[in-house]
Amino acid sequence: MPRTARRPGRPHGPKKTTDRSHRGPGGLPDPALFRHALPGACRKLDPRTLYRNPVMFVVEVGAVLTTALAIEDPSVFSWLITVWLWATVVFANLAEAVAEGRGKAQADTLRRTRTATTARRLVDWRPGSRRPEERPVPAAELTLGDHVVVEAGQTIPGDGDIVEGIASVDESAITGESAPVIRESGGDRSAVTGGTRVLSDRIVVRITSRPGETFIDRMIALVEGAARQKTPNEIALNILLASLTIVFLLVVVTLQSLAGYGRAQQPLVVLVALAVALIPTTIGALLSAIGIAGMDRLVQRNVLAMSGRAVEAAGDVDTLLLDKTGTITLGNREAAELIPVGGTEPLALADAAQLSSLADETPEGRSIVVLTKERHQLRARAEGELAHAEFVPFTAQTRMSGVDLGGEDARQLRKGAATAVIEWVRDNGGQPADEVGPVVDGIAAGGGTPLVVGETITGGAGTTARVLGVIHLKDVVKEGMRERFEELRRMGIRTVMITGDNPKTARAIAREAGVDDFLAEATPEDKMALIKREQAGGKLVAMTGDGTNDAPALAQADVGVAMNTGTSAAKEAGNMVDLDSNPTKLIEIVEIGKQLLITRGALTTFSIANDVAKYFAIIPAMFAVAYPSLAKLNIMGLHSPESAITSAIVFNALIIVALIPLALRGVRYRPASAAGLLGRNLSLYGLGGLVLPFVGIKLIDLIVQFLPGLR
Amino acid sequence: MGATLAGWLQILLLVSVLAASYRPLGDLLARTLTDRGHWRVERALYRLGGVDGDADQTWPGYLRSLLAFAAVSVLFLYGFLRLQNHLPLSIGMPPVPADGAFNTAVSFATNTNWQWYSGETTLGHLAQMAGLAVQNFLSAAMGIAVAAALLRGFTRRQTDRVGNFWTDLTRITVRVLLPLAFVFAIVLVAGGAIQNFHGVREITTLSGDTQALTGGPVASQEAIKQLGTNGGGFYAANSAHPFENPTALTNIIEIYLLLVIPVSLPRAFGRLVGDQRQGYAILTVMVLIWAVSVAIVTANEVHGAGSPAGHAAGGMLEGKEQRLGVWASALFAVSTTLTSCGAVNSAHDSFTPGGGGMLIFNMLLGEIAPGGVGSGLYGILVLAVVAVFVAGLMVGRTPEYLGKKLGGREMKFASLYILTTPALVLVGTASAMASRGARAKVLNTGEHGYSEILYAFGSAANNNGSAFAGLAAGGTWYNTALGLAMLFGRFLPIVFVLALAGSLARQRPVPVTAGTLPTHRPQFVGLLVGVVLIIVGLTYFPALSLGPIAEALS
Repeated sequence: MPRTARRPGRPHGPKKTTDRSHRGPGGLPDPALFRHALPGACRKLDPRTLYRNPVMFVVEVGAVLTTALAIEDPSVFSWLITVWLWATVVFANLAEAVAEGRGKAQADTLRRTRTATTARRLVDWRPGSRRPEERPVPAAELTLGDHVVVEAGQTIPGDGDIVEGIASVDESAITGESAPVIRESGGDRSAVTGGTRVLSDRIVVRITSRPGETFIDRMIALVEGAARQKTPNEIALNILLASLTIVFLLVVVTLQSLAGYGRAQQPLVVLVALAVALIPTTIGALLSAIGIAGMDRLVQRNVLAMSGRAVEAAGDVDTLLLDKTGTITLGNREAAELIPVGGTEPLALADAAQLSSLADETPEGRSIVVLTKERHQLRARAEGELAHAEFVPFTAQTRMSGVDLGGEDARQLRKGAATAVIEWVRDNGGQPADEVGPVVDGIAAGGGTPLVVGETITGGAGTTARVLGVIHLKDVVKEGMRERFEELRRMGIRTVMITGDNPKTARAIAREAGVDDFLAEATPEDKMALIKREQAGGKLVAMTGDGTNDAPALAQADVGVAMNTGTSAAKEAGNMVDLDSNPTKLIEIVEIGKQLLITRGALTTFSIANDVAKYFAIIPAMFAVAYPSLAKLNIMGLHSPESAITSAIVFNALIIVALIPLALRGVRYRPASAAGLLGRNLSLYGLGGLVLPFVGIKLIDLIVQFLPGLR
Repeated sequence: MGATLAGWLQILLLVSVLAASYRPLGDLLARTLTDRGHWRVERALYRLGGVDGDADQTWPGYLRSLLAFAAVSVLFLYGFLRLQNHLPLSIGMPPVPADGAFNTAVSFATNTNWQWYSGETTLGHLAQMAGLAVQNFLSAAMGIAVAAALLRGFTRRQTDRVGNFWTDLTRITVRVLLPLAFVFAIVLVAGGAIQNFHGVREITTLSGDTQALTGGPVASQEAIKQLGTNGGGFYAANSAHPFENPTALTNIIEIYLLLVIPVSLPRAFGRLVGDQRQGYAILTVMVLIWAVSVAIVTANEVHGAGSPAGHAAGGMLEGKEQRLGVWASALFAVSTTLTSCGAVNSAHDSFTPGGGGMLIFNMLLGEIAPGGVGSGLYGILVLAVVAVFVAGLMVGRTPEYLGKKLGGREMKFASLYILTTPALVLVGTASAMASRGARAKVLNTGEHGYSEILYAFGSAANNNGSAFAGLAAGGTWYNTALGLAMLFGRFLPIVFVLALAGSLARQRPVPVTAGTLPTHRPQFVGLLVGVVLIIVGLTYFPALSLGPIAEALS
């Protein structure tokens, strides 16, 4: 039963067995990664690539300018500024390189799985072909529509659908999950991925991807950031940053002329330093690292986003469509209660229920055995323990299962659908107790599934038949789901449960789980219509899906997360793939999307707020000689004009390094209302950004003032 | 009654009459901008102009109409001034020189009303009435029209239409400005302002000197000068002249008039977007900035006198009218610099360094608290867009304001908007500093002379029009440079606002959820005030530090 491959919600579950990247504690990059990233960071100084980041490009131009000035007219001060301006650019590049480096490590792992395999291509394979002709070809040459055969121990050469056979497949190369999964032809579990390994049996696979466009290829491109494009929000933020940069450049350029009025012209080095201090370097340096790290955080959770746009959209989602089974409830129903009818002793009912379920290996059957053991201390009897016992398996025709106990007073026990068991009792001459009907209806109305237990005893006195009672099977809502939906509601996200159940059952479960709405007896068309309706109201919709019939809805949804266990059609249609095939993860994806945007906003606010302190350091340093009253602005009491300007520039560079971990990890996100989030982040990053540089610049000044040669 | 008590009572009176007119005037503006029917006189005007009053324009269409109209206005006014000696009622005034006529034509068509000349010695009655006063109405209506287009951007869904410029312009003039100006002109006449067609009269003063007094249709021009936040005085002394502003009562009425439309527009905004709380939030931001500014300037002027004699006289009376006093002068000065009005009842040059610096800062804020008619509202809404963008990110969603998403396009236009005015002010001031001739026009030396030039460009680029005095701002260089600053300072932002409106109107609105950043709470008000202060503060801090700040700290 492949569905059991889905595991319950595991928001902060144990780390995967495979080492996906090199991380220190707390998800921070370890120092080695910084060292490895340094050469890359220096390569990124190339203006042909740096121009894409307007803020840092301006800093680099400034650094070139001060270098020339320092060579022409050397002084400790001008060299200090020059070195720290270059450091600022390198630190910015370092942030990006470190973020990319984490992806590179993952890409290398993936690449190893793509080693040249030889495919066994079948020529002119048709369904049912007995002995098709086999031809070995390099996996890289396989193309759409080719058929290949893969046997135990071999690596699947390319993405495709199984058209013949069933096999257990080790997908750890992609998912990091070591437990094998079952893949079989037909149905929703037919997709296989190139690079995974067949552990048992033999399958024929029809290739569904072109060479170089396989899932692993795309994955490598994604985690390496090769396919990275600026997302809409990143573009908008870049525009704002660019215009702030232009404003501040104007401020500095015109300042020389304004200062000329009071004969207070400044050395060019000082003006460059002022410009760099004012333009939003902090966010400019970290912006692309934030984006890459956001994608990377998804990858850490085994989700592959096909574009950064999808990650951003996840933060904006208004409506979540969640499948009931596996997402909201555990996959299986469990026995919750035994209700005796017609005066039956509870213990007798429990005994009958257990006996009739002993051979029932379904999760429901097992849960009945467990219930009788826990509630009624009935030891689970082994099948062999019972003499003359003959177990009757469940069939779709009888819709009952049970056991026939031989001996004198032969006893037959059946449990199953209410109508079936009641009919069986009547057929055997019994009259079910009156309360059976209401009890059954009550359970159904409450969202549960009633199973009726019946008994016939054939003895000397002929046959007596009766209904002993009803087993209440119910869907078990996963632990913590109610709270999560509560959180989502606070975040302004509406949850809609999708289920094939009838409206009555659906309503009961929806109420228990605390979702906002439900769609009962849902067909793929209903799902599609619901998505379109929500979108028509301007809402963004996220959903998960795995089957081929989910594909249109996945494509229509703004965020469509396909399960890795799903069909290739579903995976094509969605804009994310969850390698763990855990639908609950949708909630985490939304949080990661929000965290990404919050990190951008927080660092932008921080960056702009920083400027206030820098003004108080640099303006008096520049003009206190010509305008003595401006010395009063030196509220930090900085040592000298040169030490003040140096301190501001050093702070400006160091704050980038200090914030790299934050940019990579993302700011802490706790679900809360918009006003609550804003209040918290404003006081932390707005107020913090206002105050911190005053402290930082002062501390740096305390050290810098002792530098020999600095006036 | 002591000066302090009188001052407080004036402020109280002003605030209460403004509060009383907030709803009726705001509702009248909202109705005017949304009405589907036409008045008969409007229909006649549309027929006369050959425009379809029901046509809905795209934003480029709206912009084209607006620019064409503005171009015609400038040319018409230019011709008027150059040819005024041939026109009746010219009371013997010669034609205005070319650079001066350009400057004045642009000045009045852009709602700036910067005046390099003295009205009573340069212009005839007809030029004042049919030239300048007409632009006082139309340039004001144009500002409100642009604000209306931006509001439609927020309220409309999935359309490329933002309204009809000609209908907006006509209705605002006919239904709002003309009736109000008419009523208040009569009120001002009743209060003592003059309204006649006299020429220059020689009179002999008590001390036996002779003085030339120019009469004219002053009250009618005065009403719209204040109401449309124009500010171009009939006389050089502007509202300090007893013919324009005779008493303390007319003084309060004039302050009320220059504030009343900008202050009531948030009500219209709230009505149009269907949420009054949004209007109150914007109004609160405006009032907060205004109140703090009034407090700072008044405190500086009242306590800045230093000497016991100064205190005895009630503070810094230099450059202020004795009959109005320090409090009324400070209140007028703050209101006029925060509204892009630019009318003055005192010499801003003579304010204390702190008070005068605050007046410069008021203008540099971009005229948004409450700003010029229409321009104040669209200005603060653009800043709100920037504030929402940064804050919206911090709540983890693609930022949205009033149901419209703020993406790349929206940020492009908002960014260009906030970039334009600082660029004009800084480049203008810097080039004046760099030009020997321009520097020579400054009356004072040192920081104060510097402030005079910064004030001039701040005033022109922000379409305020008030002058710091002390700067002999006539002459070809200043007339041209300031004329260009006014022209670009008015129309470039309008281009970006209309483009923003078009971009917003095209969107489908996003529903409001608990995850949406609320833009009506005190939190947002504080945020918007912060963004306004920080963006402006950071941009102008170095420029201000070399003049007003250096002067105030010494």
